[in-house]
Amino acid sequence: METRHKILVLDDDADWLNLCNEMFAHLPSKPEIRTVASGARALALLETEPFRLLVCDLKMPRMDGLQVLSIVRRRFPELRTVVLSGLEDEEFRSRAYALGVDLFWLKTDMQANSQMFLDCIESLLGRDLEGGFRGIQSKSLMDIIQMECLSRSSTVLRITRGSLVAKLWIQNGELIDAETEGTCGEAAFRRILGWRSGTFENMPAEPGRERAITKPVNALLLESAQAMDEIADSADPGSIEQNAHRKTIWKLALLTREGAEFVIAVPPEGQGETETMGMQPSESLAKWARHVAESTRRLSERIEAGPLSHVAAHNLERQMFVLNQDNKCFLVGWPPDVAVGPLLDKSKKLVSSWDS
Amino acid sequence: MGFLKRFFRSRAAVQQLPTGSVTVDRDGHIVTYTVSSAYPKALLRDIGLEVLSIFSEARTAQVPLAEISIHFASLNITARELRGGAVIFLLPQTAHSPTSTPSRL
Repeated sequence: METRHKILVLDDDADWLNLCNEMFAHLPSKPEIRTVASGARALALLETEPFRLLVCDLKMPRMDGLQVLSIVRRRFPELRTVVLSGLEDEEFRSRAYALGVDLFWLKTDMQANSQMFLDCIESLLGRDLEGGFRGIQSKSLMDIIQMECLSRSSTVLRITRGSLVAKLWIQNGELIDAETEGTCGEAAFRRILGWRSGTFENMPAEPGRERAITKPVNALLLESAQAMDEIADSADPGSIEQNAHRKTIWKLALLTREGAEFVIAVPPEGQGETETMGMQPSESLAKWARHVAESTRRLSERIEAGPLSHVAAHNLERQMFVLNQDNKCFLVGWPPDVAVGPLLDKSKKLVSSWDS
Repeated sequence: MGFLKRFFRSRAAVQQLPTGSVTVDRDGHIVTYTVSSAYPKALLRDIGLEVLSIFSEARTAQVPLAEISIHFASLNITARELRGGAVIFLLPQTAHSPTSTPSRL
């Protein structure tokens, strides 16, 4: 049964609360809207009822919005938060984002672009509650670590989940140490990977940090994914969402183990959704892969050259392979500097085990 | 034997695969080619057009390509982008052909 999401609006201005009430009533998902005029009352309501989204003002008597948000972040890490403020000061905006809010809107902008604002709110309501790390929407921790490592960056990732805090030290794209709950090194990393949601922030690199993790990050991700699979297998059969999550982790681990940049699985037109791993979903790339499959099929029929084995393509930025498997067309991307020799076999391996 | 040939004229049942290279301009017109003249020019033009369409769709997808290599069971087509056109190499696969992708890939 479809449930209506709940939105809690916190503002000390009664007229503004009425306006928000009216506006949110026009949201397509028809959420249930509750309004409160004080931070304390908002926190009490959040304790007693499950809300999907908190819309919060900043300037309020007694407990201001930033205080409310810092408490909400610790106690309700899954709650989506939006700041609606009249304070046109960039400092407040950056402080709010540092607290992990999903959106910051000025009240004047919200009134001028009300439809865009409503679209943003609707999008936040629609997002999956179970997974994803805030800071980069709808990305798992594995995605974030992979992105940092692939971009060869040096940073310290500070990850928080409720009252838990963890740190990952990445140096030149290599994971060198992890720390959480009194553990460090590989044990800490495995523990952190078990977190399915939270917030993260990039902090300056610490080049002097001693290396405690020597295994490549891909190997660690793979091991963790396998361990999670085993745990899940020994437990009761999970829900569809849990299975999908496990499958995603497994595929990402496979991707990182082989060293591929991305895999796009494209079903025939109108027969399901395109699946993208390792990069933001790209409809244009999926369309190109479909075009290649169609074009080569036509060509094969006309010149009688037999079935297509694969298509290889490259430019300065990447190498790509297009392969067909089980009625689907797969586009596998590789970095440009990877040795060409084994790429075809690796691509075939990825594709053949993709839906297995 | 001559008598029999009158009744059983040699008729190619299977189209031979092309070997050689073709250069096509941005409109798909064949500029030069080294493929046997026995091979139908219309099919060479088809190959050129399909190759150009793959290059042009890649540009539309913001991934302009330098080279593509299409591997069929019995024919490899390698094409290099050439200012909107392409130079295309056609190499039939035999039992002794290497299976790896040519040049950089």
